Amino acid sequence: MSKADQPETTGDGVIQSVSGPVVSARDLDARMNDVVYVGDEGLMGEVIEIEGNITTVQVYEETSGVAPGEPVENTGEPLSVDLGPGVLDAIYDGVQRPLDVLEGKMGSPYLDRGVDAPGIDLEEQWEFEPAVEAGDTVEPGDIVGVVEETVTIDHKVMVPPDSEGGEVVAVDSGSFTVTETVAELDTGEEITMHQEWPVREARPTVEKRTPRKPLVSGQRILDGLFPIAKGGTAAIPGPFGSGKTVTQHQLAKYADADIIVYVGCGERGNEMTEVIEDFPELEDPANGNPLMARTSLIANTSNMPVAARESCIYTGITIAEYYRDMGYDVALMADSTSRWAEAMREISSRLEEMPGEEGYPAYLAARLAQFYERAGYFENINGTEGSVSAIGAVSPPGGDFSEPVTQNTLRIVKTFWALDADLAERRHFPSINWNESYSLYKDQLDPWFQENVEEDWPEKRQWAVDVLDEETELQEIVQLVGKDALPDDQQLTLEVARYLREAYLQQNAFHPVDTYCPPEKTYLMLTTIETLNDEAFDALDAGVPIEEIVDIDAAPQINRIGVQEEYEEFVAELKSDIAEELRSLY
Amino acid sequence: MKEYQTITEISGPLVYAEVDEAIGYDEIVEIETAQGETLRGQVLESSEGVVAIQVFEGTSGIDQNASVRFLGETMKMPVTEDLLGRVLDGSGRPIDDGPEIVPEERQDIVGAAINPYSREYPEEFIETGVSAIDGMNTLVRGQKLPIFSSSGQPHSELAMQIARQASVPEEETEGEDGSEFAVIFGAMGITQEEANEFMQDFERTGALERSVVFMNLADDPAVERTVTPRMVLTTAEYLAFEKDYHVLVILTDMTNYCEALREIGAAREEVPGRRGYPGYMYTDLAQLYERAGRIQGRDGSVTQIPILTMPGDDDTHPIPDLTGYITEGQIYVDPDLNSQGLQPPVNVLPSLSRLMDDGIGEGLTREDHEDVANQMYAAYAEGENLRDLVNIVGREALSERDNKYLDFADRFETEFIDQGFDTNRDLVTTLEIGWDLLSMLPKDALNRIDEEFIETYYREDDSEHEVVEAAD
Ligand SMILES: Nc1ncnc2c1ncn2[C@@H]1O[C@H](COP(=O)(O)OP(=O)(O)O)[C@@H](O)[C@H]1O
Ligand SMILES: [Mg+2]
Repeated sequence: MSKADQPETTGDGVIQSVSGPVVSARDLDARMNDVVYVGDEGLMGEVIEIEGNITTVQVYEETSGVAPGEPVENTGEPLSVDLGPGVLDAIYDGVQRPLDVLEGKMGSPYLDRGVDAPGIDLEEQWEFEPAVEAGDTVEPGDIVGVVEETVTIDHKVMVPPDSEGGEVVAVDSGSFTVTETVAELDTGEEITMHQEWPVREARPTVEKRTPRKPLVSGQRILDGLFPIAKGGTAAIPGPFGSGKTVTQHQLAKYADADIIVYVGCGERGNEMTEVIEDFPELEDPANGNPLMARTSLIANTSNMPVAARESCIYTGITIAEYYRDMGYDVALMADSTSRWAEAMREISSRLEEMPGEEGYPAYLAARLAQFYERAGYFENINGTEGSVSAIGAVSPPGGDFSEPVTQNTLRIVKTFWALDADLAERRHFPSINWNESYSLYKDQLDPWFQENVEEDWPEKRQWAVDVLDEETELQEIVQLVGKDALPDDQQLTLEVARYLREAYLQQNAFHPVDTYCPPEKTYLMLTTIETLNDEAFDALDAGVPIEEIVDIDAAPQINRIGVQEEYEEFVAELKSDIAEELRSLY
Repeated sequence: MKEYQTITEISGPLVYAEVDEAIGYDEIVEIETAQGETLRGQVLESSEGVVAIQVFEGTSGIDQNASVRFLGETMKMPVTEDLLGRVLDGSGRPIDDGPEIVPEERQDIVGAAINPYSREYPEEFIETGVSAIDGMNTLVRGQKLPIFSSSGQPHSELAMQIARQASVPEEETEGEDGSEFAVIFGAMGITQEEANEFMQDFERTGALERSVVFMNLADDPAVERTVTPRMVLTTAEYLAFEKDYHVLVILTDMTNYCEALREIGAAREEVPGRRGYPGYMYTDLAQLYERAGRIQGRDGSVTQIPILTMPGDDDTHPIPDLTGYITEGQIYVDPDLNSQGLQPPVNVLPSLSRLMDDGIGEGLTREDHEDVANQMYAAYAEGENLRDLVNIVGREALSERDNKYLDFADRFETEFIDQGFDTNRDLVTTLEIGWDLLSMLPKDALNRIDEEFIETYYREDDSEHEVVEAAD
């Protein structure tokens, strides 16, 4: 059930026991995943186990003071989200209660219990522009009209996927609330701007296709070395402080998706506050509009109820699918999927289920797979194409990637951005380890980069990878004998690799210019370092001593490319300075 | 109120009793032993007919003749501004022979979560006078920034230094903003001696008047430690958000708190998580640490400095690990630096302040602050990295460039970090020392610093420059 409905309860039961977020009730007539209201205060919960006459419920709110004997009411409907205009520019908890509305209703900065609100405003008027006319036949998923949801996004009003479709008998333009009828079908069905969808069920599509467009992130190491596709999946595992959240925030700010769904799952309150404060101010790089106009936030922080943490991931992905159905490219960030897995573990252990590895329930792997399966590049049932990209942060205990959540995630996702505590300690940011990370989309995305950036994009990338690989090998020797013991050409390679690491791979998320690097700039930076490489080796071959080569004045300017707004000119000049200075040495 | 003499089972800190009425989850319980002693506890699980009770003072002395009373409410902390200057036990009862405390309100100690929408992002710089913190890991009002230490290390000295010196520079010059500063000190399972150090420091500096002290010492009941921080934080929230104080909360030692959680989990025969700690420890700790912050429309703030001693000095241990995943950074106290005599022995490399970026810079601290910090991190890390190599190949085998970084790392420790527990450095002094050190490196190595700042601050002639240490 969604919260826009008036709860119509069926089959009441009585609480038998309470232990934290888990309540069991007897005599409740319920099905799995039904939404129920628990206790005298009517706390929202969901049925998660039925055994004989005993029904077990996970409660989405704190249960202090709830006692056996209090009633449990069943709504008879599964946990669902409210979909329609108003989902963007909103901030929700894990069961899609709008946090701004709750603040008003509770009259307090603290989250009280037993207060509910629909996911979208039922009173607000939207200007509806029909896309069909009377006499047209519509099928499930078809777009019957459009409203301007935000300055950035036109909301496509669709025939619900579970409708029968039919012939339009009446459709009007004008101002409507989400519950008013905007189109009527000959079957008697009345189409509104409001849909509901059960969160644990994927919305239907025609088929999944091979993704061929990159989700351009404006982050050099991602676009340049380990790109993710639109409709792709990625994991960012790393210990605390290694940069998971900053990376997710960077993607939410700069990725070239149409819609961002950001799920703060069991993480810090202030990180969500930061997004709430910054996103209305920050500009969408695509159009200069406020970033919030393309964003929907779900914030179920670490201190909020653990059952709602379990559901927040589903709430997020269902919202993402809904916008995908309109033909949009949606990117979903989940920070952190480990907290989601832990919520499962916590509930599971209260149910006294048989624990699997590290105490996680045996269905952990299946749940992770189901979640990432809902990502993809799709042909929608209305014939449009849309995508959901899913990027999950993973927080392995002790930073040890061999633990179950990391391992099970790596089995599914196709992009792996491995964060590294050593790099973070050295303030090498983003601290993505270039030796461990990979993208399985690289090859299928090359044509896009060749067409839209430069023909030799793949070769340049390979060159950088080769130099970095060589550096890794050389570093092992250096650790034993010191750099000066290496032959000159190897010393030179180390120098070039240093520029790759310090200028190209590092990117300061807090610098106003460096924070976003378009692929063209990423490319130019790389070719500048390659210029240095080529010219320097020529000089070395011509007999110039290595000390003189590495000491040229122009080279350190490579580190300044990132902060240049007018980078084209800067790079052109720098390349010729490098060549000139080196050639003057012989 | 009904009394039961129905205890069926006693197991570790837990008591099971039969009941014939509905008892609320989390409700407070009083147990009177046959000897007439009254113990307090809390309902951990409530089923029809039987409840599980966790007894704060431990279950010794309880037998099946003990009587059980359910108070019909969850645990409350009586709060009032008059708590300032008082010393309480770990359950919030006065132990200082002062006058009776007349509460203004009684507040639930399990605080409700702050709505993320209602928070205000913390960005007001707190000057602690400690270079390792102000310069490299800036603390801001409303932050939770723990000290990761290990036993026998001077973490208390560092915490006391912060509590003594912390100020917000602007307010000193512009006068008060109406909000006063208060310290709430929560001791959990520390020794009398450690507690005395804090108390003496509070008394010596007159800080006690603006402090509330909660004492659960090593020989106090372990289970009580699970309520002490909640008492502390309830008091902190009251003073901050209802009485406009800027509250600094020091919680020590979180490791003892977590041990108590583990003990209860084991008694309940729960499936243990990593290294025997409960699987819900992350959530439990988050419910403490997330009670730091600022709230829109309220003048006060709650800043937390929890202290924890890492078992085996291992930061992958669940206690520091889960803490680091929740708090907004961490400050590492390093045994090696301590044995070298550095005061405070802070290792900045693994340390972090996540709220630094928004709290510093032009108009907040100084324009070059972020760049200087970034460059010093990179340079110190590089020098520190080279130390291993020097041990193998010797200094002569290293390039001139490498030798500069080695010198930088040495001077960074002796001049920047090792300031002494009694020196209060202002931020400008801290940054200027930073520039003294950075000027050892060639200009073009300062690739993290804006060229404009290099122009302004770089010491052109390093050799003649002497480091000026600000007096206390
Ligand atoms: N790309 C980046 N640029 C600059 N600083 C970064 C970057 N990534 C991470 N950091 C620094 O690292 C800190 C921790 O990053 P965060 O993403 O919060 O880590 P995690 O989520 O893995 O715990 C941040 O507060 C910031 O100071
Ligand atoms: Mg994070």
